[in-house]
Amino acid sequence: MKYTEEHEWLRVEGDVVVVGITEHAAEQLGDVVFVELPEVEAQVVKGDEVCVIESVKAASDILAPVDGEIVEVNDVLSDNPGLVNEDPQGDAWFFKMKLDDLRVLEDFMTEDEYKEFLG
Amino acid sequence: MPEQLTELKQTPLHALHQELGAKMVPFAGYSMPVQYPMGVMAEHLHTRADAGLFDVSHMGQVILTPTDGMAALEAGLEALMPIAVSGLAEGRQRYGMFTNADGGILDDLMFANRGDHLFVVVNAACKAADIAHMRAHLSDVAQVQPVTDRALLALQGPQAEKVLASLVPDIRAMRFMDVVSVDTVFGALWISRSGYTGEDGFEISIPAATAPDFARMLVDRPEVAPIGLGARDSLRLEAGLCLYGHDIDTTTSPVQAGLVWAIQKSRRAGGAREGGFPGAARILDELANGVAHQRVGLQPQTRAPMREGTQIWDAPEGGQTVGRVTSGGFGPSLGAPIAMGYVESGCAATGTELWGEVRGKRLPVTVCDLPFRPSTYKR
Repeated sequence: MKYTEEHEWLRVEGDVVVVGITEHAAEQLGDVVFVELPEVEAQVVKGDEVCVIESVKAASDILAPVDGEIVEVNDVLSDNPGLVNEDPQGDAWFFKMKLDDLRVLEDFMTEDEYKEFLG
Repeated sequence: MPEQLTELKQTPLHALHQELGAKMVPFAGYSMPVQYPMGVMAEHLHTRADAGLFDVSHMGQVILTPTDGMAALEAGLEALMPIAVSGLAEGRQRYGMFTNADGGILDDLMFANRGDHLFVVVNAACKAADIAHMRAHLSDVAQVQPVTDRALLALQGPQAEKVLASLVPDIRAMRFMDVVSVDTVFGALWISRSGYTGEDGFEISIPAATAPDFARMLVDRPEVAPIGLGARDSLRLEAGLCLYGHDIDTTTSPVQAGLVWAIQKSRRAGGAREGGFPGAARILDELANGVAHQRVGLQPQTRAPMREGTQIWDAPEGGQTVGRVTSGGFGPSLGAPIAMGYVESGCAATGTELWGEVRGKRLPVTVCDLPFRPSTYKR
């Protein structure tokens, strides 16, 4: 598992990357009440706002961590956004991306580095 | 540490909030708990199911002691509000609002007749201005005394009566908006049967010195959870209640805000004490002839919340802007997003289908009655 400074986690499954938000991020957001997912087959560029997460407190975005194509989204979250709080690093993944080159993932933090980043 | 944080005031319950694991935020110049470890959603639902304890000590408590008799004080206060003060029985509380010369709202407040004086509770953010306003206009008829040595707590929810009665048995007999003063081991408690959640409950003014022990005793009860500002906001929104500075302010009149129920007949056209308050010309005109914009409930038709500032349109594309959201979020007891705001009166009928613009997309929203959830006051 790799981690971004925007508190996303990235897990490689074959030739796709599964993206979600970390437990830390879910805790900071508070109770999630709405999730807007990207379109499947959308081509995204690193930094694009691809998902909206609304908690009881406020709205925030998930940014595309890398360039690539959205190949699958977790529709369960649309009907059950609270899953983001229950299992942020498991069942509550947001989308899967296909990358041209998986080696870009080497730039992201390891779990230990992310823990250090959180301080 | 930024200077602003070091200057924040603390309530008498500050140490207890920290002990309970609260996340503290700046609010109206105070460091206040926005949520506890339970979280906003669970705190909200706990208040509706059992009971919640809120620290509202940041609000302004003011005693108005008449210097020329109660009648003169009541008349003086009636000159600041479109509300009947005279006629409020001893031991009763009423909702009111200070208006300005344009008919806008300077603040909304509660005032109680405590026999030989009036007790007023105002919003934290308006406290200094309200006290200056009362001193400027009431000095001939009253001493205006801010109460600075007391905390203010709210105990709200279906179990509030049972819990409070175990400490203060007398409160069982109280009805909504009754006020009493009770001597206890915690000192004199000034209790009103009221609140801002839509639930039955009590607001308790208590000496600052004994407030932490009293609050600790309450939160130690299994029925009671401490509740932060986050859930306070979603509870009052479900109850259709206005938040000053958001749903009402100096640009909104009480009539636009749907607070006509608070204006007694005696202060309206033809009443015994008609007019005679700031902004009377506009407010009486609006009562007679209606308003161009008014506050309504708004029920978003998708799961996307419509937050404060969301523009409301009369068509899914093209069309006109007909209003905006002034409070919006998620209603935990409804399991759905809820909002309120101002729309043109032609669009204000219950059931009117409108569109709110969220992140560039117009999403359907329907005008609905307030409150979103029926209140459970003990009348």
